Amino acid sequence: MTEAQEISLAPETKQHLFQLALQLGDDLLILGHRLSEWCGHGPYLEEDIALGNIALDCLGEAQNFLALAGELEGRGRTADTLAYFRNEYEFQNCHLVEQPNGDFAMTMARQLFYDLYLSLFLESLQRCSFSPLAGIAEKTLKETRYHLRHAKEWALRLGDGTAESQLRFQAAVDHLWIYTAELSEGSQAHRFLGEQGLVSTPQLIAERWQQLMTEILTEAQLRVPVSTNMIRGGREGKHSEQLGHLLAELQIVARSYPGATW
Amino acid sequence: MAEISNERPDNQLLLWEVFVQEGTGEAHGHAGNVHASDAEMALQSARDVYARRGDVTSIWVVPSAAITATTPDDVAPFFGPAADKIYRHPQFYKIPRDVKFQ
Repeated sequence: MTEAQEISLAPETKQHLFQLALQLGDDLLILGHRLSEWCGHGPYLEEDIALGNIALDCLGEAQNFLALAGELEGRGRTADTLAYFRNEYEFQNCHLVEQPNGDFAMTMARQLFYDLYLSLFLESLQRCSFSPLAGIAEKTLKETRYHLRHAKEWALRLGDGTAESQLRFQAAVDHLWIYTAELSEGSQAHRFLGEQGLVSTPQLIAERWQQLMTEILTEAQLRVPVSTNMIRGGREGKHSEQLGHLLAELQIVARSYPGATW
Repeated sequence: MAEISNERPDNQLLLWEVFVQEGTGEAHGHAGNVHASDAEMALQSARDVYARRGDVTSIWVVPSAAITATTPDDVAPFFGPAADKIYRHPQFYKIPRDVKFQ
């Protein structure tokens, strides 16, 4: 970040940019960790490698967003301190990404929901006038488009596949649908920056998400669920019980041996 | 009594050969193979397995079943005759003194 950019940011804008970078970093860190749990358990070798690659992409992207968040905050926290030394209630990831892997259909439905959201968000974020964030968004978008393509192709094959694969994919879509409102409504930081004109408003992204997701699910011979009991609160640090277990595994080495290097 | 088959069904989908081009204008070289249900999934797997590192500019995937190959029995009739006809090799001929080459 150049000095000039730092000076030109109003404190309130800076605070919201910090929140936004943190939220994207947390989403990608948690999703990347979830995907890494597949390592060695993939349905076959090629898919095991694909999931591992996507997991690594997510972790790399998380590192970029969290490092920027640390700079914006200006309290000396690095990507590592943010990842390893915060507790559950300090994480601002959405509920969707912390949900367990389940079967392969569940993992792919989760990926499809999130990657479509992320790619739409990043398309707008890469044009953001705050260039450090725009730069990371542009780099992340390239990888996300590939992840989305991968998840979409699986959705089409499993949804429009055998009776069992369709049953499982529909069950995954139905189960995870309650976590999608949180994505489309956007966080307080997203709404603020949307009003400032720095990024597209959550509403614009939500409409596009709904339209494209309906197209994909329809093509995959799947029903678009209708849910009323939508789950929210991840962006304010309210999480499901799943996150604590995940963080225990993610953070134990760094917390047991602070500052360890290898 | 029913026949007991020793054949194990291959439940790993279809086999595809992967050819990778490293640089525009270069020939596609055989990289290996992947299992996939169809061409699009084969391309994605090939990308993940063979093209994540290095400068790959293009990938081809071909169903392994589409390849016709020689068998070990073909070796003598196909490749043998060349060895005893040394005049077929360019090295057999001396280059005339006035011919320049680089």
